[in-house]
Amino acid sequence: MKRFAIVSGFLVMLLVGWELASESGRWSPVLFPSVLSVARYLWGAMMDGTLFEAIRVTMQRLLVGYAIGVAVGLPLGVLTSSSQLLEDTIGSLALGLQTLPSVCWVPFAVLWFGQTEGAMLFVVVMGTVWSVIIATNHGVRTIPPIYARAARTMGSRGIHLWTMVMLPASLPFLVSGMKQGWAFAWRSLMAAEIFVTILTGFGLGQLLHYGRELNAMDQVIGAMVVIVLIGLLADRILFAPWERFLHRRWGTNVR
Amino acid sequence: MLDQVTNQSTSTPVATATSKLVVEQVSKWFRTPHATVHALDNVSMQVAAGEVVCVVGPSGCGKSTLLDIIAGLTKPDAGHVLADGQPVTGPGRQSLVVFQEPSLFPWLNVFGNVMFGLRLCPELSNGERREIAHRYLALVGLEKFERAHVHELSGGMKQRVALARALAPDPQVLLMDEPFGALDAMTREHLYDDIQRIWSASRKTIVFVTHNMREAACLGDRVLLMSKAPGRIVQHFEIPLPRPRSIYDAELIGHAGRVADALRGTIGGGVTE
Ligand SMILES: Nc1ncnc2c1ncn2[C@@H]1O[C@H](COP(=O)(O)OP(=O)(O)OP(=O)(O)O)[C@@H](O)[C@H]1O
Ligand SMILES: [Mg+2]
Repeated sequence: MKRFAIVSGFLVMLLVGWELASESGRWSPVLFPSVLSVARYLWGAMMDGTLFEAIRVTMQRLLVGYAIGVAVGLPLGVLTSSSQLLEDTIGSLALGLQTLPSVCWVPFAVLWFGQTEGAMLFVVVMGTVWSVIIATNHGVRTIPPIYARAARTMGSRGIHLWTMVMLPASLPFLVSGMKQGWAFAWRSLMAAEIFVTILTGFGLGQLLHYGRELNAMDQVIGAMVVIVLIGLLADRILFAPWERFLHRRWGTNVR
Repeated sequence: MLDQVTNQSTSTPVATATSKLVVEQVSKWFRTPHATVHALDNVSMQVAAGEVVCVVGPSGCGKSTLLDIIAGLTKPDAGHVLADGQPVTGPGRQSLVVFQEPSLFPWLNVFGNVMFGLRLCPELSNGERREIAHRYLALVGLEKFERAHVHELSGGMKQRVALARALAPDPQVLLMDEPFGALDAMTREHLYDDIQRIWSASRKTIVFVTHNMREAACLGDRVLLMSKAPGRIVQHFEIPLPRPRSIYDAELIGHAGRVADALRGTIGGGVTE
């Protein structure tokens, strides 16, 4: 409760400072709109439905691409961790491609898929899959061998050993890997939406892009605010419960 | 069969027709990038059904390695292990291990840890599994901590859960690797009583590794003494005392002293207790 008060107090101070600065008239309102005009824009966009439509389009691309990235990355990560051959091939490929900022996939995706949903999806998957592979691989390799040894003496092997021991034992690494994958997916999708204008769907990135085209700073800032809020919300909803669970079980992060 | 065995060197204990475990001429080398470590050298031992055998020896002499090989977790480079006359080729439920290091699963609570092995017993119904888990947790005095997470337990409580987890699936052989090494004397003495009580109720075959002579004399029917690396079994002692035993018993201390003297002999002094 005290922390909530501090956080909201800080936010209010930030907003008041912004409002005062814009009202001082020192900067052109075109470049530095007031809090109120941004709020007015957001309200309008909410009422005419463009905002929700943009959020829906963006989230759909993000969730589908992320799901594909995780579904491909998790098993590949497990495989690379259990075979030296796959580690040397797929593992080093993942390591190399993970260093590539995901915006760099955009030109490639547009040439391959054209200005389609396919291009969007491709960029998100490329942003996700490599970091998930690397985190899973690292997670499984970091499990203390004693867990598998203890489980094997109790008769656990094969599928049972992987699902009941190796997977839960690497959960702390998997969750941080999936969180990292989510962050990359989110960033790469925004890059793709800003750079690729397509007609099949109008996402948050495109809202931002057209805000610039129209010189509408209130739209630009409004879209940025929404993007930040979605990022925070996703973290709270998707990952915070897992992290709480892990901290409770492993006894880490005790305060 | 008997003749042939008694003709072997005195370091080989007497085998009987009821030998539960037979370790025959087992050797083990570990190859690391820097060196090759000769961990076990031609180790042979037999353990009769229902017998408690303690293995003592200096640190690094290969006790844990020997236990791993008996459990089927490590393959010997030479020799073999028979359990009930069958070669041990891999780990399985016939022998359960209480490890030297903490080995409880942090993603399960105390009850879940004990249930883990029981879930792998297809012959039990779910109701029976829960009942057995409750019973063994009560046996080690942790019935109040069934819902606790592993990190909320003390070191001694963790080892007691590990003991309950190993006992619950009713293994024929229990392998214990310095399970109480990290515990204080009081807790340890409690656990000696527990082990003796459990043993007299279930007559399990136990191989118990320790470097504490009194612990060995308290728990073992026999004590095997290993030499420093490469590990060899150099001597064995009978402990013909009635149970339950107390580590303060004068006769028991006498036996412990004999083992300690012999150990000092094998490693050339400098070892206490
Ligand atoms: N996985 C391994 N790789 C390389 N060397 C090993 C390995 N495991 C054991 N060793 C070596 O084998 C020897 C015996 O080790 P082991 O763990 O069996 O000793 P121990 O008798 O159990 O000692 P302690 O009483 O300290 O537990 C040691 O010299 C150790 O360095
Ligand atoms: Mg050891």
